Amino acid sequence: MEIKWYLFLSIALFCIGMIGALTRRNSIIVFMCIELMLNSVNLLLIAFSKMHMATVNAFGTSMATSAQIFVFFIMIVAAAEVTVGLAIIVMMYRNTHSIDINFLNRLKN
Amino acid sequence: MDAIQFIYLVPLLPLVGFLINGLGRKTLSKSLIGLIGSGVIFLSFCISVLIFIAVSKEGFTTQDIQYFDFINVGKLNIPFEFQVDQLTSLFLLIITGVGFLIHVYSTSYMKEETQSGYGRYFSYLNLFVFSMLLLVLGGNYLIMFMGWEGVGLCSYLLIGFWFKEQENNNAAKKAFVMNRIGDVGFLLGIFWLISSFGTISYHDLYNSSNGIITSISAINSPAIVAITLLLFVGACGKSAQIPLYTWLPDAMAGPTPVSALIHAATMVTAGIYMIARSNILYSLAPTTLDVIAVIGTLTAIVAATIAIKQNDIKKVLAYSTVSQLGYMFLGLGVGAYSAAVFHVMTHAFFKALLFLGAGSVIHAMGGEQDITKMGGLGKKMRVTYITFFIACIAISGIPPFSGFFSKDEILSAAYASNPLLYYIGLGGALLTAFYMFRLLALTFAGKFRGTEDQLHHVHESNATITIPLVILAVLAAVGGLVGIPEVFVKNGNKLNDFLSPVFAHSAQIIASQEVPHQTEIILMIVSVILIITTSVWAWKKYKEYQPGTGEESVFGKAIKNKFYVDEVYDRIIVKPLNALSRLLDNVIDKKGIDGIVNGVGRGVNYGSRQLRLLQSGQVGSYILLMVIGMLLLFIIQLFTK
Repeated sequence: MEIKWYLFLSIALFCIGMIGALTRRNSIIVFMCIELMLNSVNLLLIAFSKMHMATVNAFGTSMATSAQIFVFFIMIVAAAEVTVGLAIIVMMYRNTHSIDINFLNRLKN
Repeated sequence: MDAIQFIYLVPLLPLVGFLINGLGRKTLSKSLIGLIGSGVIFLSFCISVLIFIAVSKEGFTTQDIQYFDFINVGKLNIPFEFQVDQLTSLFLLIITGVGFLIHVYSTSYMKEETQSGYGRYFSYLNLFVFSMLLLVLGGNYLIMFMGWEGVGLCSYLLIGFWFKEQENNNAAKKAFVMNRIGDVGFLLGIFWLISSFGTISYHDLYNSSNGIITSISAINSPAIVAITLLLFVGACGKSAQIPLYTWLPDAMAGPTPVSALIHAATMVTAGIYMIARSNILYSLAPTTLDVIAVIGTLTAIVAATIAIKQNDIKKVLAYSTVSQLGYMFLGLGVGAYSAAVFHVMTHAFFKALLFLGAGSVIHAMGGEQDITKMGGLGKKMRVTYITFFIACIAISGIPPFSGFFSKDEILSAAYASNPLLYYIGLGGALLTAFYMFRLLALTFAGKFRGTEDQLHHVHESNATITIPLVILAVLAAVGGLVGIPEVFVKNGNKLNDFLSPVFAHSAQIIASQEVPHQTEIILMIVSVILIITTSVWAWKKYKEYQPGTGEESVFGKAIKNKFYVDEVYDRIIVKPLNALSRLLDNVIDKKGIDGIVNGVGRGVNYGSRQLRLLQSGQVGSYILLMVIGMLLLFIIQLFTK
């Protein structure tokens, strides 16, 4: 399959995620949208790594490996972020009985 | 070497006196302050005498004593150095000798001051003498400039000594500002010297074997003319010549002994000293010498004219000083340097005597300075009267008193150079005789015109006041004998011989024009007869003076108002300057600069109030802004490649 289809899919996923993050007020959905964006990037990275499988980098190994390592990084960071983020959302719900992100604008003024 | 190695003590002692009196003015007793104040000057005087003896020995050569590096930048090295030669040693004697007498006189004259005022007075007085000594001892123009500024500062402090009266402060400020105008010229002259010759040491410049200036033979080169003119501007300010003379009459606001000190021993002679010191430089610039001669003559005649109509005893003397300084500059201008220095010396004697005598009169009159309200004091104040009389004869130039010899030397040199200068100078001398005898007659002759109270109060001053008067009177009477003209006694001009090494090189440059002896004698006789006639006439005219209501002629009024010079200066310089300052203050500063500063503040305030609205607290809007920002970065990235 040509690489452009992967690109289209990944751009579509990223845009969906971004629009969701911008428009929805439910923090869990915003959260999910952020995950979607991260994963669309992962998809892109994997696609390119497959494409460059044969290219050799400065160390004499395949270029693909670095992209794949990057993907793992992103997954780990995302996982860490989820734990913190979900904890915040839980605390927020406990205190305000709402998970509306616009509810937390107390810093204003 | 003997005495000369202790030369540093001469200025150091007054400095120590200044510190002790200045710091201890609240704790030391008055008599102790007076003792320290006069004592240090007396010690300086003793050392000066020793130095004078050492200098006048056969085979003395100019000594240059370096103490430490003062300024050392790149190629320029200005050491802190003293130079001792005949001119210096003579000035040392005048400054410390006359200064000492004035100090002694002050101990009694200032008795009524408060204790701290007394200490302050003597510390300033000592600082004044210190500055002047530094000025004449300095071995380069920078040290001279330090002393130069020092005397300016001290004159400011002492003229405004009674600072509780605004008038005195104004006079002090005027003296200071006028001096500053001159100082700018002097400083520029020094800079120019440095940039064209790379040194300002007298030793390097005027050394008789390999001095930089001494080896120049070009006459009137533009740089030298400019330097000498700039230095002369400084001399004009310090020595009160046209156009910067107006501060000196106002300087009368200070205590009378201070006036004596300013006029006789220190301060105003600085300009003469500076030009005499730079005589080689000036001799190379005949144009400047002409300017000096003309300005000196003009000052002599204008100030003498103003003096004949003044009624304040100290103002008359002040204008007389301006006029006598004019003679000294005339002498310098026609190349008769030693005659000018001679006149400085005799003038120091009789002018100090006149001022101290005037102080004694003012003291007796309880602060009255208007001579139209005096009269008949001669009977009550014998010593003051006689000494004042001697001073009058001396300043008028009646032989054999000191003023005759020095003035005659200057005038005959002027005649040799240009008879016109001589005639104007002689006119000034006649005016001098007139106003001095007018002053004498109004003060000491006739009937008393003051109040009853004052009449009872009038008394001869005590010994600390009269003894300096007597000493100065003796000096004023016989001081001229060191410079008897060749006409009378062969090799009679001892002073001229003494100073000749200093002016030797100048004498080579300026071909000395000798007046034939016969002419000189005729001139002398004519001038003496004229002067005596004028004196007698003035004495007769004012002996029985009664305050009348006679109408003043227009010219008389103009003289009385000092030719409106102060008013003219006020109109053409002070007022426009004030207007300009007000304009700068109101328009440029308050509106322009303040507007910019305040405007920046207001702008930032307004801008931040608007920007604050972006911080809405809505998470969604933050994310949106973030996305927009990133998109912008991408777009920029795309288009800049």
